[in-house]
Amino acid sequence: MSERIREKLQILTDAAKYDVSCSSSGSSRKNKNKGLGDTGNGICHTYTEDGRCVSLLKILFTNVCIFDCAYCVTRKSNDIKRVAFTVQEVVDLTLNFYRRNYIEGLFLSSGIFKDADHTMERLVRVAKKLRKEHNFNGYIHLKSIPGASDELMHEAGLYADRLSINIEIPTESGLKLLAPDKDHKEMFRPMNYLKNEIILKKEEKKLFRKAPLFTPAGQSSQMIIGAAKESDKDIMYTAAKLYTGFNLKRVYYSGYVPVSNDRRLPGLGSAVPMVRENRLYQTDWLMRFYGFGVKELLNDANPHLDLDIDPKLSWALRNLSCFPMDINKVSLHEILRVPGIGMQSAHKIVAARKFQKLNWDHLKKIGVAINRAKYFITCGSRQFESRDLSAMKIKQFILGGSASKYLKIAQQQLSLF
Amino acid sequence: MGVFIYDSTWTGFLSTIFEIFERRVRPVNITTVGRYMPDVFAQPLHVTTDEVKAERVLAGIAKKISAPAVRKLYACFLSELPGIENTLYAYIRLVFAMKESPERAYADPDVLRVSQVDKMVHREKHRMEAFVRFQLTSDDLYYAAVEPDYNVLPLILNHFKRRYADQRWLIYDLRRDYGIYYDLKTVEEVTLSFNDKSTGSEPSIPLFHEEEALYQALWKDYFKHVNIKERKNDKLHLQHVPKRYWKNLTEKFNLLMW
Ligand code: SF4
Repeated sequence: MSERIREKLQILTDAAKYDVSCSSSGSSRKNKNKGLGDTGNGICHTYTEDGRCVSLLKILFTNVCIFDCAYCVTRKSNDIKRVAFTVQEVVDLTLNFYRRNYIEGLFLSSGIFKDADHTMERLVRVAKKLRKEHNFNGYIHLKSIPGASDELMHEAGLYADRLSINIEIPTESGLKLLAPDKDHKEMFRPMNYLKNEIILKKEEKKLFRKAPLFTPAGQSSQMIIGAAKESDKDIMYTAAKLYTGFNLKRVYYSGYVPVSNDRRLPGLGSAVPMVRENRLYQTDWLMRFYGFGVKELLNDANPHLDLDIDPKLSWALRNLSCFPMDINKVSLHEILRVPGIGMQSAHKIVAARKFQKLNWDHLKKIGVAINRAKYFITCGSRQFESRDLSAMKIKQFILGGSASKYLKIAQQQLSLF
Repeated sequence: MGVFIYDSTWTGFLSTIFEIFERRVRPVNITTVGRYMPDVFAQPLHVTTDEVKAERVLAGIAKKISAPAVRKLYACFLSELPGIENTLYAYIRLVFAMKESPERAYADPDVLRVSQVDKMVHREKHRMEAFVRFQLTSDDLYYAAVEPDYNVLPLILNHFKRRYADQRWLIYDLRRDYGIYYDLKTVEEVTLSFNDKSTGSEPSIPLFHEEEALYQALWKDYFKHVNIKERKNDKLHLQHVPKRYWKNLTEKFNLLMW
């Protein structure tokens, strides 16, 4: 008995791991009536050996699938062992992992084993059982199965904190080539239904405090990077559309890990494009938190992100006319555009300069990366960069000053800024 | 220099601040009974811990700075870092000397230090909220042992109480030899008397629930299989899960240690 469940868990974890989203934040479900669990900022309970956060029990319900997407291990034509959990098995695993403080909740996805509705119905049943029979208030993320009925999506929204549909391939032509069974438009249909429903339910909640929660952590999606020869511009414009057109909370970027020798795809053994993936995440952050428009960062003249420098520095070097900024005067919004100044430092600068004029020493202690920022700002010290340097020169100085460090980091997963 | 020795409690520390202000001593050095190094030139004062005086100091501080800023001072105190009391004292002097709250004057070294130490302590708090691994015992108690760098049990108590409201649990700080125990109603501080080997009458092996081994095995399976080999990154892994925590992490220690 225990060997059977262990085997299922191993197989269905292996099949689910390429979905990189593991976030458990954005919801604030309370523990009601002495039940089990709550949600909040989301906790990473451990990290895999590849350095990724483990916060949810992320599994497929089954790896039986009628589709044949070239980039997916679960595809119909792949010769692998197929298994399926029962609803009760998923419920037991979730509760027992949760009670031991291993996880924040469940992320349940599935191969499409018969049709969209059958699959979606099974996922919804797991969530319903956890919520209704076990008073479970931990995090639940369900996959929306493209083509599932509005009724099922509605029910899913009542029990799940987050729902997601992975776009996977950013362009319609790429999708046609690699996932011939999938319909570009079908993927956006449930996304659109949920978007409208979430807006509606939020309005209701304002009027009636008792109205039930509906997908409080919103929707997310993922794109695979480097499988379909797409440009960074293709990817980020699609992401921008998802954020603004469908109110998505998060878009994830997942460097393609080769799973076959299909000629349409990078072959087995090709490196995972990790630096590129990181640059895309940085761009995503600049759009969401730093007030950058996607067109400032990527456009027809610059369809690809620089791999050797981060997108904020690239932007600054292309727009030297915006600099230098006087750090004691300019707005928070402008400070956030300075290379070498992150979100926290920017806020600290704005707070601290009310008490005194800030000089290099203060900025350094606050956490500003002076060796980058110094080309772009002036402050309350007499000395600052007065040479009229070209973008090329500045880039050389910055990379030169941290060349060895850069190379080292480049092989690792890069941190944000 | 006035040397003040207190009992290493938060109330004791606040009582010390009261004494210093009342006696108008400067400069000062605040230290604990355990840390004090006798010095021929100093005549240390042993502060008596006094709830009322402590309350007065705290109320005075709370009147001038925001509630989050007060919590920061407490978090810094829990760091137990040598000399942190003197930093806190300098900060508190500033609070009473300035018209406006100094809590955001990050150009001041003590204010900056408080903000940095607070961050360190909170990082440890978050780590403990993440790294507690309960093991179910045969009498349905969820038990976890921890060894945090800082004394963070007081900071994680509410989180666990809210989350695991329907199960009995005990989180034990092996390093500081005390724990917090939830009995389905309230959380209390407890000290365990682990069976002394010399008396040897009772078995010191905890009895785990019959299902415990299976779930530990399943969790280890999960941890192993969710990893993507092609993306292996030991450095990042170690940065997030430093080795010193491994011995209390189910996914990292060897199965069936008992
Ligand atoms: S439908 Fe989903 S599970 Fe099935 S092959 Fe395509 S991506 Fe894989």
